[in-house]
Amino acid sequence: MDYATLLQILDSTLRLGTPLLLACLAGLFSERSGIFDIGLEGKMLMAAMCSGAVAALSGSVWIGLLAGIAGSMMFAVVHGLASITFRGNQLISGVALNFVASGITVLVAQDLFHQGGRTPALTGNARFNAIDLPFAESLRGVPVLGPFYAEVVSGHSALVYVALLAVPVTWWLLYRTRFGLRLRAVGENPASVDTAGVSVVRLRYAAVGIAGLLCGLAGAYMATGLQAGFGREMTAGRGYIALAALIFAKWRPWQALYATMLFGFLQALALRPDVIENIFGFAVPIPLLDALPYILTVVVLAGFVGKAIPPRAGGEPYVKER
Amino acid sequence: MSVDTETGRRATAAPPSGDVPPAIELRGISKAFGSVQANKDIDILVARGTIHGIIGENGAGKSTLMSILYGFYKADKGEIFIGGKLTTIPDSQSAIRAGIGMVFQHFKLVQNFTVLENVILGAEEGRLLAPSLAKARKVLAELAAEYELDVDPDALVQDLSVGLQQRVEILKALYRHADILILDEPTGVLTPDEADHLFRILQGLKDQGKTIVMITHKLREIMEITDNVSVMRRGTMVATVKTAETSPEDLAELMVGRKVLMHVPKGPANPGKVVLEVENLAVRDEHKVERLRGISLQIRAGEILGIAGVAGNGQSELLAVLGGFANGTGKIRVNGVELDLTGRHSDGQSRRAQGIAHVPEDRQSLGLIMDFTAWENMAFGYHNAPEYQKNWLLMDNDALRADTDKKMATYDIRPPIATLAAKNFSGGNQQKIVVAREMERNPDLLLIGQPTRGVDIGAIEFIHKQIIALRDAGKAILLVSVELDEIMSIADRIAVMFDGRIMGERDPATTNERELGLLMAGMGEASAAPTKGAA
Repeated sequence: MDYATLLQILDSTLRLGTPLLLACLAGLFSERSGIFDIGLEGKMLMAAMCSGAVAALSGSVWIGLLAGIAGSMMFAVVHGLASITFRGNQLISGVALNFVASGITVLVAQDLFHQGGRTPALTGNARFNAIDLPFAESLRGVPVLGPFYAEVVSGHSALVYVALLAVPVTWWLLYRTRFGLRLRAVGENPASVDTAGVSVVRLRYAAVGIAGLLCGLAGAYMATGLQAGFGREMTAGRGYIALAALIFAKWRPWQALYATMLFGFLQALALRPDVIENIFGFAVPIPLLDALPYILTVVVLAGFVGKAIPPRAGGEPYVKER
Repeated sequence: MSVDTETGRRATAAPPSGDVPPAIELRGISKAFGSVQANKDIDILVARGTIHGIIGENGAGKSTLMSILYGFYKADKGEIFIGGKLTTIPDSQSAIRAGIGMVFQHFKLVQNFTVLENVILGAEEGRLLAPSLAKARKVLAELAAEYELDVDPDALVQDLSVGLQQRVEILKALYRHADILILDEPTGVLTPDEADHLFRILQGLKDQGKTIVMITHKLREIMEITDNVSVMRRGTMVATVKTAETSPEDLAELMVGRKVLMHVPKGPANPGKVVLEVENLAVRDEHKVERLRGISLQIRAGEILGIAGVAGNGQSELLAVLGGFANGTGKIRVNGVELDLTGRHSDGQSRRAQGIAHVPEDRQSLGLIMDFTAWENMAFGYHNAPEYQKNWLLMDNDALRADTDKKMATYDIRPPIATLAAKNFSGGNQQKIVVAREMERNPDLLLIGQPTRGVDIGAIEFIHKQIIALRDAGKAILLVSVELDEIMSIADRIAVMFDGRIMGERDPATTNERELGLLMAGMGEASAAPTKGAA
C-alpha cells in the first residue's frame, strides 16, 4: 500500500468517524451524569431526517442543521422526562425512542417528498461543502506532513472540525470546570450532589440536553455532509457503535476520539477491498469487511477490552433518601 | 411552651443562662409520612457550644427530625430557630447557609474523587476548578492542624478507611463554615480507636465554640461525650436531661418506656463435648484474594464463642463456609463428622441436616425474602420438614400459619400477623422472625451474625436472653458481632479476627475494650499486652 492510498483511507476514516465521535461524546455527557442513553441511534436518525428535509425545503444547510438539532433535542427532552422526572427505566425509554425514530422518520419523509421515505438529493448550499484549510495547497510540497495536511486534515465539512474541537472542549469542561465536577459526581453518587445543595435534576437535564445537541450535529452531518440527503435507517447502527466506543474509551473524551476513529478506520477499509487484497494477497469477502465494525462492537461489549467500570449511579433514577 | 408527653416529663431543658441564644431551637415540629406520624409536636433546645445527644429506638423519629433540620424533608408544622433567628430550611442549600453541616450514617462521598474534589463539590468558588482546589488545599491544612483532622487531600476516597472517609465528611461541613454539626450514628462503622479519635475531634470542635448534635443508640457514647441528651420515643420527645445527672439505665428506660436489663444476667458456662472443630480453614474470594488465612477454633456444647473484629476481616466468609454457601480448604467437623467444603456435596440444606442453624449477618438479603409473608419466611430452609406437608404434593399452609402464630407469641413478634410481608416489620421484629425460625429447630450448633444490628434496645435484651437460654440448653454457639459491648456481655470466650486470621483469644472476664481494640486493629499478641497499650 502506498502513501497516497493510506492517506485516502485516513481521509475516509475521519469522514466516517465524525458521526461516531459526535454520538460518542453525546453518550459520554449523558452517561457521566448517570443517564444511560441507548437512544443515540434514534436521536441521530431523527436529526438526519429533520436536517435533510428542512435543508431540501429551505435550500439552506444551516437552517437544516438547526432543524436537525431541534429534532434530536425533542427526543432528548422525552428521554429526560421519562428517566429523570418520572424515574422510568432508561433502557426502555431509549429503545422506545429508537423504534419511534425508525418509523417516524420514514413516515414524515414519505409524506413530504413521496420518494420512498427518502429526502431529495441535496445540492449546493443545502449541503455542507468541503472547506480547504489555509495553506493546504502551498504546504503540499512538504514531505510526508504536507500531503497528510492537504489530503487528510484539510477538505472536510465544517462539522468534522466541530467534532474534533469538541474533544478538547469536553475534556476541559469535564475536568477543569465546576460543571464538569458536578456532572461527574452526579453520575457516581447523586446523593453527594444533593446533600451539597446542588440540583440533581437540573444537572441531569443539562447533560441530556448536551447529548441531544451533539446527536443533532451527528445526524445532520450524516444527511447533509457525509451524504446528500436522508435515507431510511441511514444511521445503520452507528448509535450502538458509538456506545461500544464509549465503553472502549471508558467514558473519557480523548479515548473516545481514538476509539471512534478506530471504528471509522474499519468502516473506511470496507470501502477499499482492493487495498485489502493487495496487502493479504487474497480477496476478503466484502460482507465480512462491512461487518468488521459490528464485530468489533460485539467484542467490545462482550468485555474483551479489559474492565470498564461505568459511572456507578448509571441507569438508576435518583430518589432522595436519608 | 412546655409540652406534656405520655410520661408527663417536661420535654425541654431549662433555657441556657445568659443572653446567648440557643444554637438550635425547634418548636412544635410535626411530620407525617402517610398515616405514620414520624414526629409529633417536637420541642428541643440545643445550647451553643455543647455536644447534644439524641437517642431513641429505631423508628423513634430521630433521623426524620434531623433531616428536617437539614432541609431534606419539610415539616408539616412547627418553627425552626437557628441562633435565635426564625429560619426556614426548604433545602440543603439553605441549611448550609444557616451554618448547619450534616454527617450522614451512609456517607455522601464520590468514591472515585479525591478528598479535595469531594470537599469543594457544591461549594466551588467559581466556574473554574483550579482556584477552588488551591483554596481548599490551604483550608484543609489549617483544619487538619487545628482539629486532628489529617487526611491526604489527594487520596481517592475509595482508598480511605471508613474512619478517614468520615473525617472527609466532617471536613466538608467545616469547609462550608458549619457552626452546627449533626452526626447520624457516627460510630456504627468505627473501631474503638477510631471512635476515640472522633470523640477527640468533636471535643476540639466544641472547644472552638461549635455546636454538635449526635444521633446514636449507644448509651455508652452518650454518657462519654455529650453535655445534654434528648430522648425520643415513637415520634415524641420524651425528655431532655443533663448527661451528668442521668444514667444509662434511666436513659434506656426512657427510650423503651419500661425497665430494661442492660446486661442480661448469665451463669457460668458449662462446656461439654466438642461440637465444632475448625482446622486451618482458608477461603479465597472470586478474585482469588485470600479472605481466611488458616483459621482454627473449637466450640464445645454449652458455650458461646464470640468473634470480634471490624467488619470485613473474614467474619462473613467464616459464616458463609460454615453455613454451606461458600467453599474453602481445611477441615471442619461437627460432632465428629467432617463437612464437605468443596460445595459439591454441600449447601445450606445439607448443613441444616447436620444440625447447624444459621442466623445470617444480613437478614434482609440472606435471612428473609422481604416481599414474602411472615409465615412463608418462617418456613424457609425447613419447608421440606414433614410437619409442613399435607400430602406428597401440597404443603400444609394451615400448619405453617399455626406454627408461625405460635412462634410469634413465644418471641413476642409485633404485630403478630402471620400474613404481613417481612418488609412491613421493624428491624427488630424481622430479626426475631429469623431467630425464631432458626432457634426453634433446636440445632446442635447455632451460627449467629450481627444478631442485634439495627435492632432496638428492647429486642436486643430479648435476643440476648434467647441466645443464652440456648447455650444453657447445651448447644454450641458461634456469635459474630462488630459490637464489642455485645460480645463482651454474652460470649464465654472471645476470638478477635483481623485480616483473615484469629489474632488471639481472650476471656471476657479479664480482658478490656482497649486490649480487644488493639487486636482488632491488627496489633499482634506482643504489642497488645494488657498493660496500658500505646497504639
